[in-house]
Amino acid sequence: MTTAFSLEGISKRFGEVTALDNVSLELNEGEVLGLIGQNGSGKSTIMKVMAGLHRPDTGIIRVGGKVVQLRSPLEAAQAGIGLVHQEQSLITSLTVAENLFLDKPAGSTSLGFYRWANLRDRAKHQLDKVELDIDPFTPVSELSFGQRQIVELAKVLSLEELVHGHMVILFDEPTAVLNPPEIQALFGQIRRIKHRSSVVFVSHRMDEILEISDRVYVMSDGRNVATRDKEHVNVDELYELMVGKQRVNRTDRKPREAHIGAEPALTLKNVTVPGEIDDISLTLAPGEILGLIGVQGSGAETILRTIFGIADEWQGKIEYFGAPLTIDSPAEAVAKGIGYLPAERKTEGMIRNTSVSENVAITYGWQHGRGAGLISRGKERGMIEGWVRKLAIKTPSIGHRIDNLSGGNQQKVVLSKWLFGKTLKVLMLDHPTRGLDPGARGDLFAVIRELADQGLAILLVGDTLDEVLTLSDEIIVMKDGRVSARITDVQAAPPSEEELVKAMV
Amino acid sequence: MSKLIKSQGPLLALIGLVILFSVFTDSFASPSNLAAVLEAAAIPAIVAIGLTFILMQASIDLSVEGVASLANIVLSITVANSVTSTDIGLWAVPLVLCVGLVVGATSGAVSIYVRMPSLIVTLGMWLTTVGLAALLYPDRLPQILETRITSLAIDKQWGLSWIVYLTFLLIIAATLVEKHTRFGRMSRAIGENEPVLRMSGIKVNHHKIAAFALAGGCYALAGILLGARIGVGNTQSGVGLLFPSIAACVLGGTLLSGGRGGIRQSMIGVLILVSLRNGLIQIGADPLLQSALEGAVIIVAVAGSTWHLRRKIRVIK
Repeated sequence: MTTAFSLEGISKRFGEVTALDNVSLELNEGEVLGLIGQNGSGKSTIMKVMAGLHRPDTGIIRVGGKVVQLRSPLEAAQAGIGLVHQEQSLITSLTVAENLFLDKPAGSTSLGFYRWANLRDRAKHQLDKVELDIDPFTPVSELSFGQRQIVELAKVLSLEELVHGHMVILFDEPTAVLNPPEIQALFGQIRRIKHRSSVVFVSHRMDEILEISDRVYVMSDGRNVATRDKEHVNVDELYELMVGKQRVNRTDRKPREAHIGAEPALTLKNVTVPGEIDDISLTLAPGEILGLIGVQGSGAETILRTIFGIADEWQGKIEYFGAPLTIDSPAEAVAKGIGYLPAERKTEGMIRNTSVSENVAITYGWQHGRGAGLISRGKERGMIEGWVRKLAIKTPSIGHRIDNLSGGNQQKVVLSKWLFGKTLKVLMLDHPTRGLDPGARGDLFAVIRELADQGLAILLVGDTLDEVLTLSDEIIVMKDGRVSARITDVQAAPPSEEELVKAMV
Repeated sequence: MSKLIKSQGPLLALIGLVILFSVFTDSFASPSNLAAVLEAAAIPAIVAIGLTFILMQASIDLSVEGVASLANIVLSITVANSVTSTDIGLWAVPLVLCVGLVVGATSGAVSIYVRMPSLIVTLGMWLTTVGLAALLYPDRLPQILETRITSLAIDKQWGLSWIVYLTFLLIIAATLVEKHTRFGRMSRAIGENEPVLRMSGIKVNHHKIAAFALAGGCYALAGILLGARIGVGNTQSGVGLLFPSIAACVLGGTLLSGGRGGIRQSMIGVLILVSLRNGLIQIGADPLLQSALEGAVIIVAVAGSTWHLRRKIRVIK
């Protein structure tokens, strides 16, 4: 078998974070390589490097044995490499035909005017290849997600006529928005194109990977930890490999003694957000840490956002200290004592270009004022300095710009924004340790535990297994918008990491 | 039915308005009044054509009045006139159109390459062109003596001036550009999702500069036709054009956030505004009340036409 495409010693860093660490990959002609790994393991970065969206810091890319530079998606396309996006690369107000040839405009106009008849024929030809029976002039906005995904595929496959020789088609979680028949249709297409292309297939779902792949490529912490032929796959071993470094050191582990209140602070009964979460029930008591974990798109974040009043439409019942909770906006949630630390620290968590003190005081500063809306600078200042000391935030002064702090310290500032309130009862943490180094993570863990000990009810969406295992009293594993496992009494009898991964993928 | 209201709301509003005024007044539906509505709609329509492409691309252009006034002054002092001795005849028309194109292209290029919001660049361009018009203004009011220009407004064919026919031609041409050229199709796509187009290798910057240049040309044409209508060169001639034309685009459903709307929608918007203004006069509404009503109607109409989108538009700026 000949190698169609290879990566040799690819590394890529984003600021302090190493996304890819000396990764190599070989792709044979006509094979489907299944790429698996947890969130943040480097799967999407490696796909983006192959598609010309990211340039690696070091390493070599070879196509058909020749060293190439992929400086843009266009250059990747010229080398025969196409990325099938999840669906967001289609312009919904344009027709299917226009979208198919968006990046290959040659020949579609004459004297500046579109040659519609010609475009229709060429589009029809591409749609026939993927057996999609729709009018090429349908606006994309009228297609289902499944159809859009097939159009994405057709767009990439139209490379066929432009590139002589072998193609490499990359699928980045193509099944995330599809239903089972649509997934089977997509698999049919993948098997069909194998005769003249190699395929890299990323999915969060183990069963799909096993069904479609010839080889499985496992990533963990930015490295390739194993490659297995289909015949020699041991599923349990794959789960073990995916856990990687996220294993809790069980000998040094100090279980937390929780003092959990008898009355629940927050109760969710059969909460459904169409298309995102389905029939979720849970209870959270003061002093308890409830850890949610799941792969991207599993719906764990949606639960938090629904409680906080950001989700669009939802059904079901949410009770807050025994009374029904109806929240239409974050402002109401805040007024009722619910705080939310968003995953996107830089866009939703902190206010850039302002000082540490302004970031801390923004939400609850008024509670410490003189009344009638006047703020009390002196009192505020004292309290802010108190939190900076308590959380050991490393900043030259509280008037320092938040942008200049390290990621971990920024996150602590955002956290103290919520702790600043006198009325806070429930704190929801969405991936609180994302992008933080191990030291900062440990600090934050200690703070979160202490807050729970003081009686705060904490709902946490974890980035990693060790995070939820270390912190939580109860763990809920999410998969495809549903609860796939519930583990109570985590501190006393912790589950194995493999058990969690199995429920996730 | 509800789908019809969603997609054709502005058209239904226009029909409703026309029926309403026809029932309550005898004069609104008369042929001479309908002709007056079209005459009043023509110049705002030409401006709205240019603006539509810019708005579809999610930019904005405030320089309308300045460019139209400048065009009007340049025209009046280069054709046969009562003040200056220059007379280049009808060559003045391409000259003035070029002035508009250059001003527009400059706005677009500055916005893109200096990375400034089009709102600010065109606000500056508005004042710049007003100032240029004042600088070029001769000592006295120049009467336009070129009859081939003034006859555009004076000569009538079947009750309508050449200005109206010219506008019709321009609407047809702009519709063809919108629906059947790469520039037109990409303009809407840019407003919807510019990053994807850039990643696909589309020359987004060229399309943006082209839209501003085209719009500048439209404003200049409006300035020429204003000259034909009022018969003089006046530094204030473009005043009052900006609001109705932007409002018309938005009324028709060309959202300021880009990606939606089009020439047809903008033209419906122009007709709604002009019919409203005309109808209020016909029913004898207080002129002071008119502008208040116009403003209120715009807010209500836009709220109605974007009601079904309100969940999707998260941050309003």
